[in-house]
Amino acid sequence: MTKKKMLFLGDEAVAQAAIDAGISGFYAYPGTPSTEIMEYAQGSKTAAERNIHRTWSANEKTAVEAAIGMSYAGKRSMAMMKHVGLNVAMDPFVNSGVTGANGGCIITVADDPSMHSSQDEQDSRILADFALLPILEPSNQQEAYDMVFYGYDLSEKYKTPVFMRLTTRLSHSRANVETRDPRPQNEIKLPEDKRQFVLLPALAKKSYKRTLANQKLLLEESEKAPWNKYIDAPDKSLGIIACGLAYNYLMENFDGKSPYPVVKISQYPAPKCYVEKLARECGKILVLEEGMPMIERQLRGLLDRDVKVIGRMSGEVPRDGELNPNIIAEALGLKETFGAPVPELVAPRPPKLCPGCSHADFYAAFVDAVKNKYGDGHLFGDIGCYTLGALPPFQAVNSCLDMGASITMAKGAADSGIFPACAVIGDSTFTHSGMTGLLDAVIDNANIVVFISDNSTTGMTGGQKSHAEGRLFKIVTGLGVDPAHVRIVVPTKQNHDEMVKVITEEVEYNGVSVIIPQRECMQTLRRKTKAAKK
Amino acid sequence: MKCDMILAGVGGQGILSIATIFGYAAVESGLYLKQAEVHGMSQRGGDVQSHFRISDKPIWSDLVPMGKADLIISVEPMESLRYLPWLNPETGWLVTNANPFINIGNYPDQEALTAELNKLQRKIVIDGDAIAKEVNNPRGMNMVVAGAASLFVDLDFELIKKGINAIFGSKGEEIVKSNIDAIVAGREFAEKNR
Repeated sequence: MTKKKMLFLGDEAVAQAAIDAGISGFYAYPGTPSTEIMEYAQGSKTAAERNIHRTWSANEKTAVEAAIGMSYAGKRSMAMMKHVGLNVAMDPFVNSGVTGANGGCIITVADDPSMHSSQDEQDSRILADFALLPILEPSNQQEAYDMVFYGYDLSEKYKTPVFMRLTTRLSHSRANVETRDPRPQNEIKLPEDKRQFVLLPALAKKSYKRTLANQKLLLEESEKAPWNKYIDAPDKSLGIIACGLAYNYLMENFDGKSPYPVVKISQYPAPKCYVEKLARECGKILVLEEGMPMIERQLRGLLDRDVKVIGRMSGEVPRDGELNPNIIAEALGLKETFGAPVPELVAPRPPKLCPGCSHADFYAAFVDAVKNKYGDGHLFGDIGCYTLGALPPFQAVNSCLDMGASITMAKGAADSGIFPACAVIGDSTFTHSGMTGLLDAVIDNANIVVFISDNSTTGMTGGQKSHAEGRLFKIVTGLGVDPAHVRIVVPTKQNHDEMVKVITEEVEYNGVSVIIPQRECMQTLRRKTKAAKK
Repeated sequence: MKCDMILAGVGGQGILSIATIFGYAAVESGLYLKQAEVHGMSQRGGDVQSHFRISDKPIWSDLVPMGKADLIISVEPMESLRYLPWLNPETGWLVTNANPFINIGNYPDQEALTAELNKLQRKIVIDGDAIAKEVNNPRGMNMVVAGAASLFVDLDFELIKKGINAIFGSKGEEIVKSNIDAIVAGREFAEKNR
């Protein structure tokens, strides 16, 4: 075996491992902190030589479906997304637990506890548990790399998709990783049972029983997995369960040697034999897990009386936010260290739209045409850089619920009689989840104005290619919006008055209007100019 | 050998290049490394930081515990102060560029900011932009700051210079040389002013 040490982000370790483990296709929609998995695959020379599929999907649902399609064909695939992206993909995701897999299939989800770049901090382990999938939760970059190989083997052995959970601090942290010799991709091989992927009720009932029967075997695998372990220690007054990254923060505090017995969990179903032993030997169990109290809740059960459990639910660990070494020191009652406090004069520096951003020129026109005339409260927002329009100086956006919700929330508000009801959505978000909502509006001829603020890229995540590029007018009119009320404008300071006029006209039109302020993202433009110079 | 660092600045100022160059030297020296970066929304003109740890023993946490950082390296003076809770109050050094990056309305008064920095015992406040201009590398402020900080990181300076070669090599010899000039100038300043 060749031993080669590389410096990888957690995301990059996953991508390189998949390439080395014989993947044939990556499928993803960009989302922090998962984006770099696909970006690494796209930049990889080996992936190009091996002709591995690695272009972006329209959204997470299409990504998961395509990954399952490749698994159907007998080849190895991976779908990648951020935690809230999994909500978009829930339908195929949960049902894939019933169909199972053929070629190895890993669904990698990067959670963002503390919401560094997200709208919530849901714990995707809970959703994978719900879908009855085995979960891998690496505690470091090396484990992330090794687990991809293991995950494909597990997936092919039990004919099930495997779930891999990352969190921000692993996805976006770099460390040394030892890589392995690459192995070949699978040949095309259809499933032995040609109805395996057909979820007609009669067939699904059988498949579901198979999935349920697998659970016991998957538990046995967890109990012998190398990254799950029971580490004994003399002081039994406390037992500690540390999941994923929490294990590192724990060991940081004890310099690698805990005085209390520790169960390290990096694969689920949780290794019951170790947890049972810990409960038997220790008077009290502290559960340390990144995200939500999943193991803690399972341990407590409804009756919460057999074993004393402490953690996020009892307040020893904060209920929200990501973990760090200090939080764990406090939970253990260890003496903490602190530096000097932050001087009072240090001012917050929130993110903002870049100088020259096209969204800013759109908002300036919107404020004059709508906010100043009808008051605040008429603009439903969406997810992207332009969500920053909710903050000063514009303070124009009144909602940010989920991808695509701007259009449908505006429609609901218009149905209720609010006037004007406007929506702002980016080009990439529109093709991700906005199109179906616009169709709803067309069918009902809802009185809304939709702004597709088109900067011709997926800007927030670093400028990935947008599926909408060059297609917006055709898509919008194809969905049935009257071409006379699809207005393309160029958002610049010079065009301010013209934009105000167009917005005013379309607000006054009774029906579905789409205004497309269209100008390239400054960051993407800068990168392109730089690349052209080379 | 162990060095825990917090790198600080405003999105787009180039703190990650500093980490990449030190990282190269650390890996070449056979050291362990962990570096947690910030990507995504906060990169848009917001405050950014990176926890950067190198050691000759395996490193557990990707995050530096509070009060344990040996060094704050900042390309912006107000941002350097934001991470004081992480700096070891007995032994930690703070190295920062002197020039503010003002993109907010309530940026503190310059004199008050200087006074706050002056309260620190172990610090290097360096006019990275001016020194970068002196060595004909007007965009090399981050390298000047890296040079000043390198004095407090137990890494072979020759390897750090080699790191510049490895990272900027594709951009041509001239760019490599001007960045090496910047990092050397920064280091010389720190040697004289520590």
